[in-house]
Amino acid sequence: MDESGGRRRFLKSVGALSAAIPAAAAAQHADHAAAKAEKYMFLSPAEVAFLDAAVARLIPADDLGAGAKEAGVTYFIDQQLFGAWGTMAKMYRQGPHAEGTPQQGYQSPLTPQEVYRTAIAEINAACAKQYSQPFAKLTAAEQDEVLHALDEGKFALDAVTPRFFFNLLLDNTIEGFFSDPIYGGNREKVGWKLVGFPGVAAAYTAHVDKHGVPYDALPVSIEDILQGKSALDEHGHPKHVLLVRKD
Amino acid sequence: MATKLKPVDAVVVGVGLTGTILAKELAEAGLQVVGLERGRWRDTDPDFAMPHAHDELRYVKRHELMQDLSRETITFRNNANENALPMRQLGSFRPGEGVGGAAVHWGGLTWRFLPWDFETRSRTLARYGKDHWPAECTSQDWGVTYDELEPHFDRFEYLYGISGKAGNLKGRTIPGGNPFEGPRSREYPNPPLKTAYAGALFNDAAQKLGYHPFPSPSAAISRPYTNEYGATINGCVYCGYCQFFGCEMGAKASPQTAVLPNLMKQHRFELRTHANVVKVNLDSAKKRAVSVTYIDSRGREFEQPADLVLLTSYVLNNVRLMLLSGIGKPYDPVANTGVVGRNYAYQTPSSVTLFFEDKVFNQFMAAGGLGMTVDDFNGDNFDHAGLGFIGGGFFQAATSGARPIEVRPVPRGTPRWGGEWKRAVAKYFNRSFPITIQGACQSYRGNYLDLDPTYRDSYGLPLLRMTFDRHENEHKMSSWLTNKAAEIAKAIGPSKMNVNPRTEKYTIVPYQSTHNTGGAAMGADPATSAVNKYLQSWDVPNVFVVGASAFPQNGGYNPTGTVGALTFHALQAIKSRYLKRPGPLA
Repeated sequence: MDESGGRRRFLKSVGALSAAIPAAAAAQHADHAAAKAEKYMFLSPAEVAFLDAAVARLIPADDLGAGAKEAGVTYFIDQQLFGAWGTMAKMYRQGPHAEGTPQQGYQSPLTPQEVYRTAIAEINAACAKQYSQPFAKLTAAEQDEVLHALDEGKFALDAVTPRFFFNLLLDNTIEGFFSDPIYGGNREKVGWKLVGFPGVAAAYTAHVDKHGVPYDALPVSIEDILQGKSALDEHGHPKHVLLVRKD
Repeated sequence: MATKLKPVDAVVVGVGLTGTILAKELAEAGLQVVGLERGRWRDTDPDFAMPHAHDELRYVKRHELMQDLSRETITFRNNANENALPMRQLGSFRPGEGVGGAAVHWGGLTWRFLPWDFETRSRTLARYGKDHWPAECTSQDWGVTYDELEPHFDRFEYLYGISGKAGNLKGRTIPGGNPFEGPRSREYPNPPLKTAYAGALFNDAAQKLGYHPFPSPSAAISRPYTNEYGATINGCVYCGYCQFFGCEMGAKASPQTAVLPNLMKQHRFELRTHANVVKVNLDSAKKRAVSVTYIDSRGREFEQPADLVLLTSYVLNNVRLMLLSGIGKPYDPVANTGVVGRNYAYQTPSSVTLFFEDKVFNQFMAAGGLGMTVDDFNGDNFDHAGLGFIGGGFFQAATSGARPIEVRPVPRGTPRWGGEWKRAVAKYFNRSFPITIQGACQSYRGNYLDLDPTYRDSYGLPLLRMTFDRHENEHKMSSWLTNKAAEIAKAIGPSKMNVNPRTEKYTIVPYQSTHNTGGAAMGADPATSAVNKYLQSWDVPNVFVVGASAFPQNGGYNPTGTVGALTFHALQAIKSRYLKRPGPLA
């Protein structure tokens, strides 16, 4: 809030500039950043292609900015599948297994790793049959058709129910778009910038009762702090840099 | 073969909110106390240190501070006709694991239940008659009254440094507080937290409608505070990473900040972590506990003899240990006999989300329990005649932390994904806030806890089985309360609102509340309660079962304040009577 006028205008113009970059250019830029970091641990190239295509439909790039693909969500999912969550480290896995009621939740004996591997293969096989192409090669409208069918439980899957897979995918996509970039998604904090979330919190004592006053901060990530890119207060909270409106 | 250890005076099973207080007090009273905790040691530094403390994925979605279900979970079904299946991942509720228990990641709302709550059955029958009582409802009086608990509420609030505003001081109504609360002997130890925008708008609208808004009582405290144990809790900086997180500031009252600094200096107290108690061993007559058996992280089995056994783990594990140990008669819903596992209840949360085109709320600047509350529709604060339900709940304009993986409300009718969804999320993330309704939940004959016949934990012991659904009473109540809250919401003037009453079949999947209650219910009659009014087992009087497991049904509040009061109530009886003359206290 106390930034000098010059600094203020500069930051404001950076914000305005990034908002004005055409989606395609923004996507290309983020893609470039993504390519440098991609060291897949679990997903095969075909699975990467499937997920790149699917998450780009779930959270598309548009005039508001990057979508899930540009945010690195595929890589995020890869890292999650390879790690503790993907192998159900904290989940109860003992049988006997039964499908159960919707109210009883996750009952599949398959780990998330196995769910992704199996479901993607099944979906690609079905797409090959119906459209003569794997999912990633379909038109956006066709991809939406497939995703809607999964969402509505109208797509035949064998290993798990279509809705089960779709919900897992959507949940992970949203996680990857909004979680700290340290996990490989939310690249350049695009998810946080989209909604105006400052990430790692500052001490808000002085601002919490400024009613209705926008708090346009450059988001700060855990990664930023670990890399020394953010000034910190005595408790380790970042000092946010605010983008103050001049008009 | 278990290694038999040297006897101690008291063993505390579970070193969380209740266990830390009891251990500290009994050690100071001269007893040799051992605390057995199945999880690990946890403290502000390094476990909740910056910057990792502010990681939504890790704490909210990957449950860093919560129970590891790979070792032990529960099984669940909606009713006895279904086949119970394991809760394979956390959802509806999130018990903790490790020192501090769920009180590390709790949200911090610290309520006193209403005087009415403790006498639900007798007061309902007196005011409305038998016909008003819900079918199959086993809710009952607690065997203890608000007035008896008042000093203990007071003690707990002062120990935890709760921020709030009294509304009833010794019967005198105080402007700005909750006029419906039971009389308090003194003001809260700390003033209320600041008021966020959502709370301010709610406050004005509620006042115009003739209701009585006041700041929610919170364990995220408003200024640095040193309690009677000499522990200093810091002032909250409204970072918004509170519920589901540990506090990097040491500004949320918890065992770590309020009790452990003192407890760990008690030379008569010994903490053993990674010590998983699997059984309380009874004498041949099953009238006296002689020891507990626990297994450590190397698989070694130990028998710890003790004169006094305090079960102070989470609700569900307290009940499971009683069942595994044969303490008290297991409840049988068909024969309607037995008490252990009876009166399991939960919470009936609902909400109204308000959307605005032109206002920003910065809901990420937040604290656990930050909000303005209206209590006009809780308990029996309003006339239920003709409404067809009992109970109620408080309404709160909540500013408890908005982080975008979990909190990204969109108006009803918005698609679940795609460009239109993205646009709505971008627009409303910072232009919306919720009014949350903490609805009560009555107990019913068919809702109960017992041991599962099929599924086992990592030691091969039966899991606890939960059979639960909300009844028509809860659905009617939730619809009615949520509509009332929607009237306040409307008066605030949002462009759109989502009204979300809780009327569906209970599901274990989405998070609702870690307010499981009952199963070791307290009461005045051993035929319908597992513990007496001092939380002492009727059957095995040297076992006390302390926690929300004692609630015969759940009120329209978060349970922790009442758990704290029951803890000090039990403690007083143990110190002033039981230790002098061990035996039944009621």
